[in-house]
Formats: sequence, structure tokens, C-alpha cells
Amino acid sequence: MTDSNDAVWEVNRERDGGHQPFESNLPKLSGMGEVLAPVAGFGISLRNFFRPTVTEQYPREKVPTMPRYHGRHQLNRYADGLEKCIGCELCAWACPADAIYVEGADNPLDAAMSPGERYGRVYQINYLRCIFCGLCIEACPTRALTMTNEYELAGPTREGLIYEKQDLLAPMGENMLAAPHPMVPGVGDEAYYRGEVTEVDPAQVDWVREHRPEEPTLPENRKRHAEPVEADRG
Amino acid sequence: MTATADKAGSQAVETVNVTIDGKAISVAKDTLIIRAAEQVGIEIPRFCDHPLLKPAGACRQCLVDVASPGPDGNLRAFPKPQASCTMTVTEGMVVNTQNTSEEAERAQKGVMELLLINHPLDCPVCDKGGECPLQNQAMSHGNAESRFVDVKRVFEKPLALSSEILLDRERCVLCQRCTRFSDEIAGDSFIDLQNRGAMQQIGTFNEDVLGFDGYGPVGIAAEDESGGAFSSYFSGNTVQICPVGALTSSAYRFRARPFDLVSAAGISEHDSSGSAIRTDHRRGVILRRLADNDPTVNEEWITDKDRFAFAWQNMPDRLTRPLVRNDEGDLVEASWPQAIAAAAAGLREAVSGKKAKGVGVLPGGRITLEDAYAYGKFARVVLGTNDVDVRTRIASDEEQSFLGSSVASTGLGVTFADLERAPSVLLVGFEPEDEGGVVFLRMKKSSPKQQVFTVAPFLSRGAHKLGAQLVEAVPGYEGTVLAGLTKAADAVKALSEPGSVIVVGERVAGAPGAFTEALALADRTGARVVWIPRRAGERGAVEAGALPGLLPGGGDVAVAKARKAVASAWGVDDLPRTRGRDVTGILTAASARQLDALVVGGVQPTDLTADMIKALKAAKFVVSLEVRRTDATELADVVLPVAPPSEKSGTFVNWEGRLRGFATAIKTDAMSDHRVLDMLARELGVDLGTATVDAVNAELVTLGVLEDSARMAAPAVEAPAAKAAEKAASVAAGTKSLTLASWHQLIDEGSLQEGEPYLAGTGRIAVARMSPATAEAVGVKEGLVSVQGTHQSSIDLPVVITDMVDGVVWLPAKSPGSWVAATLGLAPGDSVSVKGGV
Repeated sequence: MTDSNDAVWEVNRERDGGHQPFESNLPKLSGMGEVLAPVAGFGISLRNFFRPTVTEQYPREKVPTMPRYHGRHQLNRYADGLEKCIGCELCAWACPADAIYVEGADNPLDAAMSPGERYGRVYQINYLRCIFCGLCIEACPTRALTMTNEYELAGPTREGLIYEKQDLLAPMGENMLAAPHPMVPGVGDEAYYRGEVTEVDPAQVDWVREHRPEEPTLPENRKRHAEPVEADRG
Repeated sequence: MTATADKAGSQAVETVNVTIDGKAISVAKDTLIIRAAEQVGIEIPRFCDHPLLKPAGACRQCLVDVASPGPDGNLRAFPKPQASCTMTVTEGMVVNTQNTSEEAERAQKGVMELLLINHPLDCPVCDKGGECPLQNQAMSHGNAESRFVDVKRVFEKPLALSSEILLDRERCVLCQRCTRFSDEIAGDSFIDLQNRGAMQQIGTFNEDVLGFDGYGPVGIAAEDESGGAFSSYFSGNTVQICPVGALTSSAYRFRARPFDLVSAAGISEHDSSGSAIRTDHRRGVILRRLADNDPTVNEEWITDKDRFAFAWQNMPDRLTRPLVRNDEGDLVEASWPQAIAAAAAGLREAVSGKKAKGVGVLPGGRITLEDAYAYGKFARVVLGTNDVDVRTRIASDEEQSFLGSSVASTGLGVTFADLERAPSVLLVGFEPEDEGGVVFLRMKKSSPKQQVFTVAPFLSRGAHKLGAQLVEAVPGYEGTVLAGLTKAADAVKALSEPGSVIVVGERVAGAPGAFTEALALADRTGARVVWIPRRAGERGAVEAGALPGLLPGGGDVAVAKARKAVASAWGVDDLPRTRGRDVTGILTAASARQLDALVVGGVQPTDLTADMIKALKAAKFVVSLEVRRTDATELADVVLPVAPPSEKSGTFVNWEGRLRGFATAIKTDAMSDHRVLDMLARELGVDLGTATVDAVNAELVTLGVLEDSARMAAPAVEAPAAKAAEKAASVAAGTKSLTLASWHQLIDEGSLQEGEPYLAGTGRIAVARMSPATAEAVGVKEGLVSVQGTHQSSIDLPVVITDMVDGVVWLPAKSPGSWVAATLGLAPGDSVSVKGGV
């Protein structure tokens, strides 16, 4: 076996011109140049001693990304706290890496998760598969899905890199009221899509107060819940 | 009718020559332009056009340029584009579609823009998104931009037509496919076009309710054409043919997208029609089922039961691992080898132990051909008994003789097409809508040309929709009624026309002499007899010989020649010689401890009049092969989990005798009954040879069809005397005793319909029916009537006075609040005591 393999190598080498001596195609130096050639490379090092450092001291020092960097996804909310995601699965459809899994469900209008008839009951992004191409963002009809600049996506387990809906949802904004609660009275889902809902309606607050008096995002509970957090940070 | 149809078939079809987009083609006369274009591979966009519905020209999307020769022979163009779905081709016609005519393309784009003006464009939310003809054709044949800037018309959404069917009028393009389907195909008109102009909409009938006739559904429902609550067994088809997302089903609403789903072709397990279905599943869970297109069987329609009843197989009580009863008497999970060993030990004791009394086998009526074959062979070869019966319902020896002589191994007999073409049909103990499903749709197609007669206690709504004439019969006396049909009777006259069909249902088994008389009537008139059972596996079981007196190939176990042929094919010396016990016999014997053990398949104790629970308790050893935990598995000593139809492959033989093979839709570890029985037989030292579907089918082919002398003789049972029938059909004042009439409603509380509340909501309310004279005699005016049988418990239902035979009370067989077999312990034809005003 070995013998015949050697023979094959031999033939190949000959065919490839391996028997010919090596000839460099760099310009041939002459005189002093040829003498100094072995140390000329140090000149490059020497020159860079006096230039500013470009190495980023990650992770000790985190440099902000470019503003449109494709980082971790985020599921956004409307100003009144309803989820923008309607569970249409267009992101999953657009995804070239099959990284997104969505299941829609009937949205109970008296205790809505999102405006309209449908909401995303299950939402998963598998960051082992995601290639951060952003096609899902382009596909999203309600701007529910956007990308943040967060790039620290690594973990010790595979399961941990499948982000569930609660991992992806944007944090509650300052005056938002957590879903489920009804839509702003008197407007349809299209008002939401047009961006006409800009704040929580008192009727929504009343509804949540009646059904979930302990809800931390209620105005009266907000302070109480906010204080311990401040204390923790201190 | 048949004569002319045959003539048309033999004659050369008259053709005309047309040119479509420059392609010359010769097509049959009266072909629609849109169909002719399809033949040359030109697709004209359309919404309202459906090959199985009459042309409507409602959506105007299929406009094309047409020119045809005038009287002088010169080609004359129509002044405007024409709808190609309503215009038939004529000789020399020249058609230019959107591909070659700018005018046609402009017209189509204009129509599309118009259709989209009030369309909400909520595709991301809509269930149809991704498989929507409107979406697709708007992309391929529409303008990218709309000029419409005003506010769109809005409607309340969605409107629940029934608990299952939801209507979103905003999305509707008024194609009228749904209204035409419900009117032409199903005969249940429940929606129609209303108003004019921009406010034109599909709407429900809002007239005042005209009166309750006992056909209302359990759940919410819109009113139908008659003003009653809308109740249809076929409404799911409108969801499938809706070319936009206007009609959706509650069961599938917002659940998935087409690209999520893996589709698998299959055969419905719900009735003996063998309807082709498509199962769509995601991550091992079935999300929906659709009708598949099979022109020979179900065309493109299925019943709502076929479509929506699939949740049962993934209920939490699904069995995934074998269970064995331990020393403490509890059923505990065990490994397969342990369970098989335990089952084999128990059966060995019952077959060959000291004082062994033998084993009875009840496979249940929902199994495939292969499973039935395995049960039959297992009983005869391994257990050495003929006590095997798939009929978990009323059964008789006469029926077995009929099945052995006229059904088993007769191949494809009367087909759906024959039934559709038949000039007249006589239904005996068979309700096409309730017990046949798509059989009803095929007969409806020929209505009103087809003369239908039904031997029944009253004209059910299904029979009424077929324009059937009632031949009144008290259950149990169908044979007498058939015998009493003289030459002068309308039914006999009609049946004498060539091509006529006599349909006998499974309930005929409860009427002595009815099979004999049906065959005699067929002889008298020249009509053909066809047996349409209710359950999917029964015809296959007849073919496979899973009946106490029937061997595969149609052989009679009492005939030595038949036994010898089958025994040599199976490689055994001989088979048990005497006919075995039927289902009631097996259960009675087990209850009386004349049988040691039972092997039970998919049998619900509540379907049987005999006390199966008692039999299971009395039997020393019970092996149960089930998909889910049932009352039977709870009493079994070994429970072997088997696969539901979507997780196995096999063959259903439909009532025509057509083999309806299907492949595994969802691959799981679950094994089919025949495989489990093969393992069990191996443990008992017998190579059953039924490990795979292929092996079983190869054996069935080797067995072939046995010769006539090895078959059963036709039944010869005398029907009750005419006087007795007359007496039964009369009612004396003050009597409490009536004859029970009953059949299964298509949508009821059958075990395969569990776990689907939306479907259950479309099932009909349970009512008791009796004639005015009967009601008066037993003292019932209105309100509840209480029916009692042999058990303590009674069925209390609201009574509906119906025009029907006297002396009879009708109850639905397994509807909410009316489980006849379980509560009364009686079958149709038995006598019940009735009390009014409870």
C-alpha cells in the first residue's frame, strides 16, 4: 500500500513541477539592501511603538458597538405595555437559519397580550443557529422584533442559548402597564399599528387594579417595588 | 339514468376546437374556458370557480378576451372581457388570457384592486396567510400599489356561525363558494349573500326561529335558512374551500402557519367510507386535518368528524408504556419484554393449563385490515379458538351468514359512483348522513333525480334532504317490511330499474330476517345489495376473517375445505372446527366464567349492551391492546399500548371493498396491533408472521379467495310475521312499553371525538322522538320523557313530537345524556318502558 502511494506522490509531484528548483518572484535586492534585509522587519515594530494603541481591553473595558450593530433581538411593547408581537411567524418564515420558533394563539380581547385577535404565545430564538442577518427584523409587520446592540451571547449550555419570550421581551418602560389588560378603550388594533397609542389609559389601569391589585407596574405599586432595587444597587 | 350514462361513456365525446393564447386545442363540448385553459397549462386566476361547484361568475377575477366566429364565419370579439369560469367553449373560439392580452391583464388587475379595497390586509394575523389564493394571486396578478386612500369598511369580527366555524366578513371577497357548497353539496343552507353594494356581505339568516325540530347543535350556532339553528356535519369543508381567510375554524385558529406543518396523506378512521385526508402536524402534534382529493371516493369533501376529531389520540390518558398488574393488584408501568412475558403466561394458562376454558378475542371495529387479520390468526392459531368478533355492536348469526356469503372477498362491489348513478336506492337500517358521512354527499349529488326509499321509523333530516320516501318500519321488523313489499309498491317498481342499489346498515343485524329479505328483494328486482357498516375496520375484518365463523378469503370455518386451505397456508394441521361465539356470546361466557381470559382491542364497554365490565371482572386474565386508558384497560391484567391510526401504517377496507392503504403520518415508537400480537405469539412459541404490514399483505395475497363451496350459505331466516309487525306499529292508550329505535348521530360522544369541544358544539342536541299518537298514549305532551330499559338508570330527554311510526320511541345512541347501550342495556328493537312528564 505504502509503496504504491509513494509512487503516486512521486508522479504527482513531477506533474506539478515539483522537481523544478524554487524561484522567488520578489524583486532581487542588491548591496546594502541585501545585507540589512534580515533586520528590516524590526523597523515596522519600531514605527508602531509611537502610534496610538488600537487593542480593545475587552472584557475589562467594553467599547460601544456601531449604532446599527446586529445584536440580540428584542420584542418591543407599545406605550401601554401591550406586546407588539402578534405571533404571525413571518420572522420564522424569513429566517434562513431556521432559528426562530413561534406559536400564535387566540388573544383574549378582555385580557389582551397584544392588540388584535392574535398574539405570540411561544416565541423562541435559538442563538446557536442565529446568524444575525436581520431578515426577521425586515419581515416583522409590527416592528415588534428589533435588534439590540447586545453581543455577549455565550453560555455553558445549549438550552440556555434558546431564548424564550420572557428573555427577549423589552423591559417595561417607565409608565407602561404589564399585559394582560384590555386595549385602550375606543380604538382598534390599527390605532396601535399607526402609533396613535402613546400612553396608558386610566381605564386600563383600573382594569389591572381590579384583576391584579399586586401588579408591580401599577402606579401605586411602582414606587414600592422600585425602592428595594435602588437599595440593592447601593 | 345508468343506461344513458353508459351510452354517453361508449360514444365518442363531441369535441370543439378552440385557440387559447395561440395554442390550438380540441376539448369536449360544454367545457368551460377556464378548464380548457387548464388543459393546455394556462392558469387563469380565480376565486369563485371550483370544479365541484356550479359556475357562479361571482368574483370576476378570471376575465379573459374572447372572440368567436359570428354567423358569417368571421371572428368577432366580445366587446368586453368575459368571465372564463362561466362561459363554455364554442367551435373556433379564440381566447386570449392575461398572458397574451393586455386588455385581459388590465381587467384582472382592476378586479384585484377592487377586491382588495375593503380587504383588511391583515395577512400577518390571518390563518390563511401563506396558503391564501387571494394573497398568492394578488402577488402574481395584482398591482403592487393600491390607489385606495379612504377608510375601509369594517365588520364585527369574527362571527361564530357555529362553535367550530367562524366568519370574518371583512376578509370576504364574496365569491360564494361557501354558500354554494352548503346549498349544492351539503344541503344545509346557513349563510347567503345579503345587502347590496359596498355593504354586500355573507350573512346568516336572521329570521325569527320558526320552531325547534330537534336538530339544533349543542353549542352556539347561527340560524340557518329555515330559521332553525345552523347544524351541519359538513361545514368544515367551507373553511377549506374559502379562497380567503373569511371562514376559519375554532380548532385551528391562530395555531400555526403552513410552513410549520408537515403534511401526510392518510385515510380517515372515523367511518367506513375511507375518505382521503391530509394530516398536518408540527413537532409530533396533529394541528389539523384536511380533505384530500380522491374523485373515486370522497371527491374533495369530508365530514366534520373526519376533519376535526383527532385530539383523542394525544389526550393525557394516552398509553405510551405497557402496564402490568402487580401482586398488590395495581397496574404499574413495565418494560415491553416484561409485559409480553406476563401476557403470554396468562394466556398460556388459559389455553393449555389444567381445566383451561379458553380465551375470547374482541378486536373492536376500528382496526385496520392487517390488525384484523392478526387478531383472527392469533385467535385460531395461538389460542385455538374461533371466539373472535370485531362487531362491538348488535350482531347476529344471520348477519354473519350474509357477510360470509355476500360481502367477504367479493372485491369491489357497489362503488360510490354506482351509488351516485343508481336510479333508485333503498336504505334499510342505514342513515346516510349520520352513519355514512360522505355517502350522503354522493347521494345528495344525484338528488332529486335519484329515488330514495328508506326503511326507518321516521324520515330523518338527512333522508329528508335526499328527498327520500319513508317506508315505515318498527326497528326489528325491517325484514317483515321488506317481505311485505309487493310488486305494486313504489320501492319495488323503482328498484327494478337497472343499476338500483339496496343499502343495508349495521343495525339490520338486530332485525331477524332482514338480511334474508334484502337478498330476496334484490333477487326480485335485480337491484344490488351493499353493506355499509359504520366503523372503519368492519369491512376489513370481514375480509381478514375476524368473525367467529369466517376465515380470511371468505371461508366458512364449518367447512372442512375452507379450514384445510387456510390451515395449509398458515402451516398448521387444522383449525378449530366449530363456529365461535359472537361478541355477546363471548362476554356472556366470560361473565359466566366459561372463558378464562379475554384479549380486548379498541372496545368501549359503553358501546355494548352486554355487560362488558362484568365480563372483564369475571375473566381470570385480560390482555388489553389500547391507545388510551379506558374502562377496559383499568380492568386488564396486562395493557399493551398500540398506535393510533396517525402513528401507524396499514389498510382500511371501505364499504365498497376498496383497499385504502395509508402510510405512517407521524413516526413514533408506537406499534400497531398486528406487530404486538406477533410479539405475543412469538413469546407463546408461534411465529404468527404478522410483524409488518407487508408480511400480512403477502399472506393475504397467498390465501386469495376461496372457492364458492368453501363459503357460507346465504342467510335463510324468517322475518317476524306481518301481524306481529302490525302490532308493534300500533299503540294502545295507557301503555308504558314502546319499541326502542336508535342510531348514532355523526357527531356524538364517541370515544374518537373526545378532546374536541368545538366539534362537540356542532353535534345535535339529544332529543327523544315519538309520534303524536304514541305520545298521547303514554301521556307525554312536552318536556322531558324518561326511558328505562333493563338497568336501573333511565335516559331523560326532551321529547320532540315527530311524524313517525307508532309504538316507537327514538333516542340518539351515544349523544350527550343519551348513552343507550350503557344506560339502558338495550339495542334498537328491544322494548323499553317510557314515562312522560318527569
